[in-house]
Amino acid sequence: MNMPPRKLLQIEKLVLHFKTSHGVVQAVDSVNFELDTNRAVVILGESGCGKSSLAKAMLRLLPRNVDKYGGSVYLNGEDVMMYDEDEFRRNVRWVGMSLVPQAAMNSLNPVIRVGDQVAEPAMVHLGIRKTEAMTLVRRMFQHVGVPEDFISRYPFELSGGMRQRVALAMALVTSPSLILLDEPTSALDLLTQANIMNVLKRIKHELGTSFILITHDIATSSELADEVAVMYAGQIVEVGHAKDFFPAPLHPYAQMLMASVPRLRSESDPMFITGQPPSLIDLPEGCRFAARCPFRFEKCNEEPPMLGKNGRKVKCWLYE
Amino acid sequence: MNAMKNSLKRLFVYPSAVMGIVVALTLVVVAVYAMVTIPYDEAIRLWRGGEEVWYQNPKFAPPAWINLFTSKKYSESFSVRTTDGSILKEVTPGEEGTSTMSASYTFDFFYDVYPQEMILYFTAKFSEKQPFISMEWLTPDGRKIRIANLAIAPKQTYRLSQDEKLKTRLKSEDVIPALFSDPETGELLKGQYQLLITGAMFEPGSDIDVEFVFHGQVYGIAGTDQSRRDLIVPLLWGAPVALAFGLIASLGTSVLTMVIAAVGTWYGGWVDELIQRITEVNLVLPFLSILIMIGTFFSRSIWVILGATILLSIFTGSIKAYRAVFMQVKESMYIEAARAYGASSNRIVFVYLIPRMIPLLIPGLVSAVPTFVFLEASLAVLGLGDPVLPTWGKIIEDANSNGALYRGYYYWILEPAVLLMITGLGFAMLGFALDRIFNPKLRDA
Repeated sequence: MNMPPRKLLQIEKLVLHFKTSHGVVQAVDSVNFELDTNRAVVILGESGCGKSSLAKAMLRLLPRNVDKYGGSVYLNGEDVMMYDEDEFRRNVRWVGMSLVPQAAMNSLNPVIRVGDQVAEPAMVHLGIRKTEAMTLVRRMFQHVGVPEDFISRYPFELSGGMRQRVALAMALVTSPSLILLDEPTSALDLLTQANIMNVLKRIKHELGTSFILITHDIATSSELADEVAVMYAGQIVEVGHAKDFFPAPLHPYAQMLMASVPRLRSESDPMFITGQPPSLIDLPEGCRFAARCPFRFEKCNEEPPMLGKNGRKVKCWLYE
Repeated sequence: MNAMKNSLKRLFVYPSAVMGIVVALTLVVVAVYAMVTIPYDEAIRLWRGGEEVWYQNPKFAPPAWINLFTSKKYSESFSVRTTDGSILKEVTPGEEGTSTMSASYTFDFFYDVYPQEMILYFTAKFSEKQPFISMEWLTPDGRKIRIANLAIAPKQTYRLSQDEKLKTRLKSEDVIPALFSDPETGELLKGQYQLLITGAMFEPGSDIDVEFVFHGQVYGIAGTDQSRRDLIVPLLWGAPVALAFGLIASLGTSVLTMVIAAVGTWYGGWVDELIQRITEVNLVLPFLSILIMIGTFFSRSIWVILGATILLSIFTGSIKAYRAVFMQVKESMYIEAARAYGASSNRIVFVYLIPRMIPLLIPGLVSAVPTFVFLEASLAVLGLGDPVLPTWGKIIEDANSNGALYRGYYYWILEPAVLLMITGLGFAMLGFALDRIFNPKLRDA
């Protein structure tokens, strides 16, 4: 047995398939990646490529119709996939990593005051009393920039941006080393988005937290990213440092994705990728992007391996 | 707390809610008053007591206030005695240790209906020689009728209507009407009557006390039943019993139903399956028949019946209704968020699912109270009421088995029935108003 390396997070061959009446949905299909302490990785990809399912698989928040769920998730060197449900709940959720769920603004219980809501994870996991938890909540509110007197408000009395910050405070309250953010800015206006990104940056700097930022918003995410992972049809197709990736992505899909971002003061029109991403139920043989790829050749009928190039990894035969 | 206050404030917008609150509060006040003035043991003693407790009351007497509604005035009941000075007694010593006693009681009789009965209860103190008593009756027109002369035992009861000698002397089978009417016309004579009692005692230290009990045609504010019991006791005590039964059954049923529905929905799988199947079986079981069986074969204690009622009422249609709502809430984002932060299943059920149901629970709970109050009364009417406790249902049962309606004792049925109806109406009105406040969809515009 090889000793697992001491990274903050290492995911190996993570698989999550759902059973539906139409067939098996391969939402997360053998995903590998790793993350160091105090780093932020952005997982990019279009809708329906399995980004949110990846977050769910990492936190084992599974729906009832799971077909296949496996692989390894090493958190601080320990394979948390081995934990049973109760151990997982006690030792991983919000202790090892916490989640700011998609549409976080709606993830607050409408009948509980936001202060109490944020205190909940602290009381559950740190075993502290309400009064101590509330002190912690006040500190977290300061970190994320929520006025302290909002503590006794109900979620409906808060704006979307404020609710998002509260959800972030809730993720921070147990001071986990890793926070998963599932499209944290998707329903917010540009100013609020920028605000939230600044808050995240500050937290990363002040608390040394690592982030996994799941988004399809390339522009906003480039603010925070140390590393980038591009997901396509349930798989990660490219991983690299942000400073390398953003100027020159390698994978054809990543290139076209970048080209689709509208640019200021540029003659060229934003590009779009012709065709549809493949159905996760009925995946093609070989490279999953082949059908839409302008560079495809014979070899693309076989599935490409993850190829290393200058410290970057790309799943494409072009870089063999 | 603020939300609570706001809800209350909105409650007063609805006249039906105000009525309901007034009724409910009145019932609570009556219940507390009943329990304070007639403690439980005393209430049971009075309710279970027979002739020895209730000898002063007439049988089947309507309440006194019916005189307000009738052209004929019914005589009211009273009792007076020498021991507390309501009859004045004079004892004059005679020769050789003998003494004489004289007592008289004067009262006005301005009613249109003859009283039921007059009874004298004597207690005498002596060692060998029995004291001797003679009684006389003075009518408003100045006649003096000799009632009886008798030697009395230490405890002696003398019923005027039963005295055969008096019947012959008055030339009438009915002593009481004869005493109260004009012998020429046979009509009732209104005015001041007087009862004179003289006693002769033949020993030193001998003494006589007398109690004069006048059974009129009406009694008190609630009337009496077949065992002379004052109906005010079960009418007052019926309030706490009905409230306790209704509220406990309603609260127990609603809360347990909700918790079970929440647990079933959250855990799903065989737990949910089991709960649903139990509910479906229970839905086709005849509820009242099972209660009658329990009452007949097992126990008629109100607590056993209450427990059985709650158990049988948990797995009913409302579990399905709650489940439908829980299914919806279960899928909300904040439940998933709660799972993500590591909330245990118990925490999710009790902190996240159940509080969402409170707005549905409260109106349902209040509206269900009358159902259970009526259930308790129905069981009592069917002869399965608690054998010990005085309740409204028991009054109706007694009235029914004594043919109250055939014999014209309407008060006997109407008093508990009206109380039951007011209780039901009050809680129903409050429930409807609460429903409008907590379920804004029902509000028009």
